[in-house]
Amino acid sequence: MLRVCLKGANSAARKCLCGNGVPLHPLQQCRSYTSGGSGSSAGKIVAASVLTMGGGVGGTILYANWDPKFRANVEKSIPYSDQVFGLALGPAAPPPVINKPRKVEPVQISSMSEVWKDSKQPKAKEVQRKAEQPDAEGPPAPAPQETLEAAAKCTECEHEPAVKERPEGEVAARLAEQDKAEQDLLTSLSSNLEDALGSTAKVTLQAIGAQEAALQAIAQHTRQLREAMEAEAPPDKKSTQWRVLEDALSERSRSVDEAGAAVLKAKAELDKLRGVIDGAKHLKIAAARPSILAAEENLHSMVVDLDSVVTRVQTAQSEAKIVSQYSELVNEAKAQFQKELNSITPEIQANWKGLRKLTQDDLNSLIAHAHRRIDQLNRELAEQRVREQIHIDSALEQQKLEDKKALEVAISTALEHNREQMRLEQEKKVEETREVMEAEMRTQLRRQAAAHTDHLRDVLKVQEQELRSEAEEILNSSLMEKETEYRRLTQDQLDSFTLDMNAAYARLKGMEEAIDSHVIAEEEARKAHQLWLSVEALNYTLKTAALNDPTEPLEGAVQAIKESCAEDEFAQALATALPSESLSRGVYSEASLRARFYTIRQLARRVALIDETRNSLYQYFLSYLQAMLLFEKAQEAPPAKLSAEDLDTFKLLSYAAYSLEHGDLELAAKLVNQLKGESRRVAQDWLKEARLTLETKQVVSLLSAYANAVGLGTTMAP
Amino acid sequence: MSEKELGKKLDRCLADSAVKLGAGLGLGIVFSVVFFKRHTWPVAFGLGMGLGMAYTNCQNDLRAPYLIQRNIKMAS
Repeated sequence: MLRVCLKGANSAARKCLCGNGVPLHPLQQCRSYTSGGSGSSAGKIVAASVLTMGGGVGGTILYANWDPKFRANVEKSIPYSDQVFGLALGPAAPPPVINKPRKVEPVQISSMSEVWKDSKQPKAKEVQRKAEQPDAEGPPAPAPQETLEAAAKCTECEHEPAVKERPEGEVAARLAEQDKAEQDLLTSLSSNLEDALGSTAKVTLQAIGAQEAALQAIAQHTRQLREAMEAEAPPDKKSTQWRVLEDALSERSRSVDEAGAAVLKAKAELDKLRGVIDGAKHLKIAAARPSILAAEENLHSMVVDLDSVVTRVQTAQSEAKIVSQYSELVNEAKAQFQKELNSITPEIQANWKGLRKLTQDDLNSLIAHAHRRIDQLNRELAEQRVREQIHIDSALEQQKLEDKKALEVAISTALEHNREQMRLEQEKKVEETREVMEAEMRTQLRRQAAAHTDHLRDVLKVQEQELRSEAEEILNSSLMEKETEYRRLTQDQLDSFTLDMNAAYARLKGMEEAIDSHVIAEEEARKAHQLWLSVEALNYTLKTAALNDPTEPLEGAVQAIKESCAEDEFAQALATALPSESLSRGVYSEASLRARFYTIRQLARRVALIDETRNSLYQYFLSYLQAMLLFEKAQEAPPAKLSAEDLDTFKLLSYAAYSLEHGDLELAAKLVNQLKGESRRVAQDWLKEARLTLETKQVVSLLSAYANAVGLGTTMAP
Repeated sequence: MSEKELGKKLDRCLADSAVKLGAGLGLGIVFSVVFFKRHTWPVAFGLGMGLGMAYTNCQNDLRAPYLIQRNIKMAS
């Protein structure tokens, strides 16, 4: 389009340039311009046109480089422009091909590769780790997008020669190897873990048991202590009690020591287990993760139990301490009270229960003592209250400190525990989430696979449909072709056959017609022959005329003619046209007529003068005389036209004689017909006979001519 | 034969004239003998009559074809 404009511009420019010259002879001017007369202007024109064209072409190429649609348009409209563009710009970027299998739909995963993916999912990390180049399936761990892209990459593997796709078997073998190695590792790991766990558990349990025992011992001791404190047993029982208490104490100490040792051992084992777990964790096998987690959990729980037991033991111990302190205090108080009581009432025993037998004085004194005691106690209480605050403050302070310490310790341990727990929980959650996610991913991948299968199935279906339709189309077209071919062939055959048949039929018909015509012709010929024969017969009968005798009656011959050519109308007509006298009586021959004529002539000469007006006997005499005296030529050639004076009898007779002598009966008859009067009357019969003869002859000649013609017509030329 | 007609007519004419002449002669003679005392004039008269009759007959006979017959119907 641009080039057209350019050409137009160029021609316009040229015209303009030429037109700027002499306007009357622009062509000559142009010629003179381009012939090189003024070369610079021609050069200028050439340069200008070259520049414009180059500019146009360059502009087109630049714009095509920028706008691919324009490029496509130009390529479509101008032939060979695509080559120019290819030279100048490089091949055009192919239009964005929407490759259906590559269409990202996250839920569609091929079923075939699902198994692969499943089997490879645990190895994905290894594969990802080990493979230098993207594997055929790609890491499934990342989003399905990536997977699909990898799959997409796979689908156009042939377009990327850099990617070398491992053959499926090798990959499977590698994966199998990896699987096995992992499995082995896993089993070893798990066995290790289990062993460690087992041992740790055992030890921990032992420790816990020891702690429990210690606890029990402490509790018992404490209880006994308390009992000992509270119970006012008789001294011997007290001593047993105290002994029991001592045993319990020793027991408690022993158990506590044992528990401590066990705890230490358990802690060691736990540390070992932790170490093993860490080692296992370092291996980073995902499948071992749950077992690792479980081991960790167990560890943690064991640690927690241990710690709890230890704390319990500690609390028990502290309680025991408290209890012992309390017991001491109680003892002290008791001793004090006893002392006081003894001081007041020496005889009263420490046993309060036996105080029924006391007197009123004792009671009063007791009550006074009691009152005093109460006062004292109140004062002490007040003092104590005062001191209490300080003590409490200090104790609180101490307690605070201790609490803080303990809190810190507890916090730290709790934190540790919590941290551990949280970590464990987190790990568990992570594991769970991982599992969930893996499950989800698996499901997603499965879904993808399913979707991919579906999609593939759909695509395959569509392709199948398309291929089928194509194939059907091809089949149909080829069938139709073949059918049309066949039809054409059959039609041709039919046509040819029909043609042959027609030809044969035509020939047959022709032959039949020929034969018929032959037959007809032969028939005709036969008829003609017959006719001719009969006409010849008729002719012959005509010849049978003897002198002065008529011929034989022509009836027979005519009958024969009539019979021979019953269908021939002409002949029939002619045959019927014969005068009846000829048929019945026959006709005179020309010779006889000629002979007779002379008689007639004589007589006509004699009665030449006689007519209607002159018919007396005297006239007869006169005419006789005239005839005797008048001499005319015996024969005189009749003129072509009869004038008035030729109508003289004598002349006529001489003409007629001449004609007769020359065989022209007709003319003679005509001439004789001109006779008038008696001569005419005399010649009447002769005329009639002549007429008859003439007629017959005419008819016969016609017939013979006709027969000849017919015969000629029917005669086949050799 | 129309040409023989004349001959026939002439023959007839002659025959008739002969007869008539004869008859006239005869009658003439007879008359002359009988009635007219053998004058010759009845014979001549008879011959003449005979001849005349014969002539007339001959003439009539010869004229006969030219006579218009009365068998033509009158247009009425």
